[in-house]
Amino acid sequence: MPHPMPTFGSFSLLLALVLAVYSLAMGGASLWQMATGRSGRIAPERLSETARRAGIMTFAAVSCAAFALVWAAFTNDYSVAYIFHHTNRDLHPAYKFSALWSGQEGSLLLWSWLLAAYGFVLRLRHKIDVRLTAHASTILAGVQVFFLLLLVFAAPPFSIQPGEIPPDGAGLNPLLQYPEMVIHPPMLYLGYVGFTVPFAFALGALIMRYPGEKWIHITRRWTMVTWLFLTVGIFLGAHWAYSVLGWGGYWGWDPVENASLMPWLTGTAFLHSVMMQEKRGMMKSWNVWLIFSTFMLTVLGTLLTRSGLVSSVHAFAQSSIGNWFYGFLVLVFCVCLFVFARQRDHLKTENKLESIVSRESSFLFNNLILLVACFTVLWGTLFPVLSEYVQGSKATVGAPFYNRVALPIGLFLLFLTGVGPLLAWRSTTLRTIRRNFVLPSIATVATAIGLMFAHIRPWEDQSELYSLMAFSLGAGVVTAILSEFLRGANVVRTQTGKNLFAASLQLIQRNTRRYGGYIVHFGVVVIIVGIAGGAFNQSTEQEVGFGDKINIGPYELRCQSYTQDSNANYDTEYALLDVYRHGKYVTQLAPEHRFYAASQTNSTIVANRSTLQHDLYVIYEGKNPETGKPIIKAFLNPLIAWIWIGVLIIIMGTFVALAPAIKPALATSRVMHTEAVAVGSGD
Amino acid sequence: MAAADDTGTRFNKIGHAMMCACGCGQILLECNHVGCPDSDRMIGELRTQVASGGDDTSIFNWFAAKYGPTILAAPIRGGFDTVAWITPVVVFLLATVGTALLVRTWVRRRRNTVTTPEGIPVQLPENDAVRERIRRETEY
Repeated sequence: MPHPMPTFGSFSLLLALVLAVYSLAMGGASLWQMATGRSGRIAPERLSETARRAGIMTFAAVSCAAFALVWAAFTNDYSVAYIFHHTNRDLHPAYKFSALWSGQEGSLLLWSWLLAAYGFVLRLRHKIDVRLTAHASTILAGVQVFFLLLLVFAAPPFSIQPGEIPPDGAGLNPLLQYPEMVIHPPMLYLGYVGFTVPFAFALGALIMRYPGEKWIHITRRWTMVTWLFLTVGIFLGAHWAYSVLGWGGYWGWDPVENASLMPWLTGTAFLHSVMMQEKRGMMKSWNVWLIFSTFMLTVLGTLLTRSGLVSSVHAFAQSSIGNWFYGFLVLVFCVCLFVFARQRDHLKTENKLESIVSRESSFLFNNLILLVACFTVLWGTLFPVLSEYVQGSKATVGAPFYNRVALPIGLFLLFLTGVGPLLAWRSTTLRTIRRNFVLPSIATVATAIGLMFAHIRPWEDQSELYSLMAFSLGAGVVTAILSEFLRGANVVRTQTGKNLFAASLQLIQRNTRRYGGYIVHFGVVVIIVGIAGGAFNQSTEQEVGFGDKINIGPYELRCQSYTQDSNANYDTEYALLDVYRHGKYVTQLAPEHRFYAASQTNSTIVANRSTLQHDLYVIYEGKNPETGKPIIKAFLNPLIAWIWIGVLIIIMGTFVALAPAIKPALATSRVMHTEAVAVGSGD
Repeated sequence: MAAADDTGTRFNKIGHAMMCACGCGQILLECNHVGCPDSDRMIGELRTQVASGGDDTSIFNWFAAKYGPTILAAPIRGGFDTVAWITPVVVFLLATVGTALLVRTWVRRRRNTVTTPEGIPVQLPENDAVRERIRRETEY
């Protein structure tokens, strides 16, 4: 056996496919028997159990395949084409590991492995509801079969390099040789793949006409954790782009970035509207289609990356694999539509909306805006294809389009973020509106006036107008959140006699979902404030020799030296710049430019001094061939740090929302009653 | 937030509304990859065009004629390109109106129902004929 590890990996994938097909077939057969009341030679319960175990073994088999690929990377096995194309001998071990997801075949293997892992956990926890889990498990097996078919027939990761085994590999793309690249793709994939689980539960619940809303309670944590992974994944990608690509920004509205944003938008809508189903038995059909759409958008995102349908700096080489995804997407849509059409009478709403001014209504509009945002991103992403079809020539849909179309939608969403929690369920009285809206409205107007006094001129520049609106609305939303929080904390303080801090903690413990949600909203506001700072970015570009200076904002950069160096992996040129603020020395920055021998590519290493006020972001653009001096580009980007802080707040808020509530019976009922009177109880 | 002069502002505005021609997918004035074969030349051309006093549209047309329509960072050629801008707005308006109508319908339906003491919603008949038929059918 000339290539033992690749053979082992290929065999593992084949075995995984057989197990997944078995899990799908036997699971389907047992569910059909249960639904029709028929019974074969083997009892349906036993069939279902063998399907469950086959699903568990699928995880073991895919794990073996993933291990084989990582092993091949660490042992420099260049007989495997994938390892040859994505690693080299001098590559850092962490990046040899991350080579697992740096190419098409490996990333599909990661996808399949994560799906198997999610399935593994789900099947182990089957006792929460055996029959519903059996449905979800069978649907997961169906999705698993598709990805394993891809890995076995369309994109095999263990293809053997033709001819002589090369002595060294072609190396990893230098842009991917960055710490965040070790965690950004897995995070994003955990989010992408994770939405398969609520999708499977929703479809399963619909197929079996599951009574009540228990499936939502079962999937709530799955959905929230998945949403958190996707959120963190998206922002890790943004942070990577900011730190590595060296153009001074973090989001370029690239089709692949958009592909990750779309399921996030529908997933966020689902997280909100599912509360209406839980509390009021409303929007059942809507929720089912939201989670269907979210799953289909994750598949569409993968299709966009791999089909060559749209041009993207992220996209893998064009291949026939796109056709597989087209087929799968159509199949999923048809199955969803068929099941929905057959079972739609099961999704009858139990309650009707009682008032336009209510929490339910705000959820509806929140969903509307999120879906319009999703449509806008999808429209912009696919418009070049449409343009080519209609006009015969492609059009570019870049940042200027999205900034003009998506920003107003984002601001409206920010407005709803503040308004929604202030409204009561069912109906909101005029008195409640007056009491809850006065402070946030004052904060919004006062912030706008204050900012105009601070020389923001919304009438002169559209970006300044949007920034002013973002800052003012943000202030209003934060005021609304704080006043809500303090109102509840004061009730607890009155009841328990504790100080405000202890009362606040107890309040959060009593209703983790609600206050966790508020913390997440606060994080979103902080992120939007960070984004709004982009209206005031400054940049300058200059050739600097020894002792030359660059001035930007309050900073002066003085060139101490510029030199070059090399190691086994790359050659480097860099400049040493002393940074002075208002004439006082603060730090030294060393922007760098590297040349990677293995892959024959250049890369920029950004030097960044980040403070809460702004980032001083410096890049080494190259040398002037005539003078031999480096060309330095410096950016001053206000408030960027708040974007990353906002993400941390969102993570914290999600953890709070996931924590189980501690409810001392009597006190809670009083607090809840008071809260209900204040704004309508809810999460 | 220092105000640049008019030419500088226009140069910056137009340069951010075009893509680099090298295929890096970046905005012209943000393209920074080392050894880019196009961005320096294009930036030079843009300076020349802005200095020559042409309006924005003529500068865009000049670049689109030279490099193809994908050089423009957004669809601004008129005709079918306008659809790109209108569609999201139309969808937003339709969705808002649709949602408002849906909410109004629900609220109205809600007002037209009463509940039994057990809390079961009962639809009130809309006209007297139906009411009369129900009365007859439920008579002892």
